[in-house]
Amino acid sequence: MIGETLELTVVAVDDIAPSLRHVRLAAADGGQLPPAAAGANIQLRLQGEARTWRNAYSLISQPGRRDEYEIIVRRVPESRGGSAFVHEVLKPGDRLVASWPGNLFAPQRTARHHLMIAGGIGITPFLSYVADFAHNGTSHALHVCCRESETGTFAPWLQACGDLNYYWDADGHRLDIPALLAQQPAGTHLYVCGPAALNDEVIQAAADAGWPASHVHCEHFGAALSGGTPFTAFLSRSGIEVEVGESESLLEAIERIGATAPCLCRGGACGVCVTGVLEGEPEHRDHYLGAAEREGGQLIMPCVSRARSARLVLDL
Amino acid sequence: MSLVFKPEETFRGDYTYRNSDAAILRFPFPFPEDRYMYSVNIEPHVRSGPTDAFCRPFDIDEHYIAECRDRALTLEQDPGRCQVLPHMMTAQWDTLELLMENMAADYPEQFSLTKEGDVFGSRWTWINRPLGIEQQFIFGDPDTLPCEPFEYITRQAQGDFAICDQREDNLYLDAGMITSQADWSLEFNVGMNFMEWHGPVPLAHQAGVFERALKYLLMLRLGQPVRRLNWTMSINPRLDTSPESYPAWGPDRASVTVENAGGKVHLRVELQTLWRLPRSNAILFPIRCFLISIEELARVPKWGKRLHRVLSSLPPELAEYKGLTRYLPATLAWLAPLDDGAELATGTGPDITELAPV
Ligand code: HEM
Ligand code: FES
Repeated sequence: MIGETLELTVVAVDDIAPSLRHVRLAAADGGQLPPAAAGANIQLRLQGEARTWRNAYSLISQPGRRDEYEIIVRRVPESRGGSAFVHEVLKPGDRLVASWPGNLFAPQRTARHHLMIAGGIGITPFLSYVADFAHNGTSHALHVCCRESETGTFAPWLQACGDLNYYWDADGHRLDIPALLAQQPAGTHLYVCGPAALNDEVIQAAADAGWPASHVHCEHFGAALSGGTPFTAFLSRSGIEVEVGESESLLEAIERIGATAPCLCRGGACGVCVTGVLEGEPEHRDHYLGAAEREGGQLIMPCVSRARSARLVLDL
Repeated sequence: MSLVFKPEETFRGDYTYRNSDAAILRFPFPFPEDRYMYSVNIEPHVRSGPTDAFCRPFDIDEHYIAECRDRALTLEQDPGRCQVLPHMMTAQWDTLELLMENMAADYPEQFSLTKEGDVFGSRWTWINRPLGIEQQFIFGDPDTLPCEPFEYITRQAQGDFAICDQREDNLYLDAGMITSQADWSLEFNVGMNFMEWHGPVPLAHQAGVFERALKYLLMLRLGQPVRRLNWTMSINPRLDTSPESYPAWGPDRASVTVENAGGKVHLRVELQTLWRLPRSNAILFPIRCFLISIEELARVPKWGKRLHRVLSSLPPELAEYKGLTRYLPATLAWLAPLDDGAELATGTGPDITELAPV
C-alpha cells in the first residue's frame, strides 16, 4: 500500500438534489482502491478547458470500502470553478486523477460519545462517521441544519444512524446550540462541519460552556495539501531558471529539470534541503527553520516552502 | 530473493544466532559518516535503499522462524509485552491487513491471503507456510481468530510493533507488541504521548529533533510510509533486552574483554518505519531489529572502520544512554587494528558485493 496518486473512472453521476451531485468512482484499472477512514477526503484533479482545479471532497462511502469511492459535490452558486465542472461536464466513463485519501478530520477513538453538528453540505464527512460508529457500536448523535426540503436527501447514507435530528429555519425548528451542549455526557467529543458562521457559533458556544478545546473539532480542508501560486526560481550557481507549477513543490520542480538538490524527509522536518535565498520572499511551510531564521528570509526548505514574491533567487 | 530459514537458531541461552554472508551484506548499516549525532533522519520508505534490507515494506529474512519462536517464549513468560488499549480495535485490523497484504505480495512462496471481500465481515484465508499456519477468519470479527488481530499477526512477523493513536496534535502509544526492545518498557510507556515516551533521550530534545519529528508525523499520509534507522549495541545476540528481563542480560556487559568482543558485542540496528493506517487514522510503527556481531560486521571493511570512528567520537551522553560505557573501551580496542585511517566513502552501503572468506 504505497502510492501518491490514483487513476479513477467515473462509474455514475446522479443528482440527489437540484444542486447536489452524487459521484461514484472506481479504480481505472479495475483493481482495488486504498481503504480510507471515516472523515477522509480525496483531492480530485479536474481538468477544465482553460485550467485545472484541485478540489478536496469528503469520501462518503462506507469506511474501508475498496471497490468504490463516493463523493457528493454541491454546485457553488455563481461559480465557474471545479464544482461547476463536476455538475456540467463530468460524465460516466471519464477518467480522473486523484490523491490517495487524506484525513484531517478523523473521529477521536477515545471519545465516549460523538456529537456531530452539520450545516448543509457539511454533512458529508459525517456520513462515513455514522457508518464507522454504527459498525463499532460507538455512541453517537447527528444534528443536521439544512432546508426543510432537504431533510430526506441523505437518508440512504444514514440508515444506521442511532440518533438523527434535523433543524431548519422556522420557529420551533431551530437548533439551540447551548441547550444541546448542556445535555452531553462526560467524555463527549463535538464535531462541527458547515458554513463558517455555524462553525464559529458552535466553537464559541462550546468555549462559553467550558468545553476543553481538545474535545471540539472542526473540519478544515486544505492545510495538508501542497501547491499554491506558481512562481519562478532562479538557481544562481547553475544559472538555470525553473517555473514552479501550482501543484508541484519547489524541490520537485528543481528535480524535474534535472538539477540535484539534497533532500531526505521531503516534508520540512529534517533540515537536509535547506537552501540559501539571495533574492525574493519565501513563504515558509516547514517545521525546521526557527522564527529568527524565517524572519531573516535568507533560508528556505524547498521540499515544502514556496514564494510570496513572483521570483526567488536561490543559492543552488 | 530465496529465503532459507535457520529455525534452530537461539537468541538466549546458548545464543546460536549467526548471520550468513548474504545476511551480512544486506545489513542496514546506520552510519553514513564517521560521526554520529541524533537528527530527524526520516526519509520516504521506498522500495530501494543502500542494501536489500530496505527494499520491501516489511522485510523478512533467514531469521524469521527463530525470531517468531523467541517472541513466543518471551510472551509465555510475560504476556504484558503485548498490550492494546480498547479504542485501538480498528487499528488492530488495519495492522493485520497491511501486514498480510504486504507479506503475501512480497513473499508469495511463504504466505498467501485469499479474500472473499474487503470490508469488515468478509471471509479471509491466511496461509503462513514457514510457521505451518492456515487460518480462516472473518475480517473485523476478533472472535474468529485465536487471539486479537494485532497479537495474531505480529506473532507472525519479525520486529516489534507499536501503534500510535493521533489526537490533540500528538501521538499516543496505545498498543504494542514489544519483545525485542532496546531497554525500554511497554508496560511503563503505554498510553504516553510522543514527548513523554521520548523523555529519557539525551540531547535530542534540546536540538528540537522531537518537536520537528512529531509535526512531520502528524501530517504523515496514507500510502507514503517513511523510515529511519536507530541503533544501539547488545552483548550476545539477544532480542529481549527489556528492563523486565534485565537480570538475564545486564550482567553480561561486564563479561566483555578485548579478546571476546568480536563475537560478543553486537551492533543492533532498528529499521523503523511509520505508516498511516487507513481505517483508524492511527500510525503503525514497526521496529525491525537487525543484530550483527562486530566480527561479522567487520567483514565489510568499510563498516568495521566506520564503526570504530563513530564509537571513538560518540558523545558520552549517548554512550551512557545506550548503555555502552562499560564495554566501549574493549570494543574500541578490538576494532582499532582494523582501522587504517583511510578516508571512507560517505553513505551506508557496503561498497563490495562479496565477502572475503574467513
Ligand atoms: C511514532 C513512533 C515512535 C515510537 C513509538 C518511538 C518510541 C521510542 C522509544 C520507546 C524510545 C526509547 C526511550 C527510552 O529510553 O525509554 C525511543 C528512543 C528514540 N527515538 Fe523514538 N519513537 C518513535 C518515533 C521516533 C521518530 C520519528 C524519531 C525521529 C527523530 C525518533 C527518535 C528517537 C531517538 C533518537 C531515540 C533514542 C534512541 C537511542 O539513542 O538508542 N523516534 N523511541
Ligand atoms: S527534505 Fe527534509 S526538510 Fe526538506
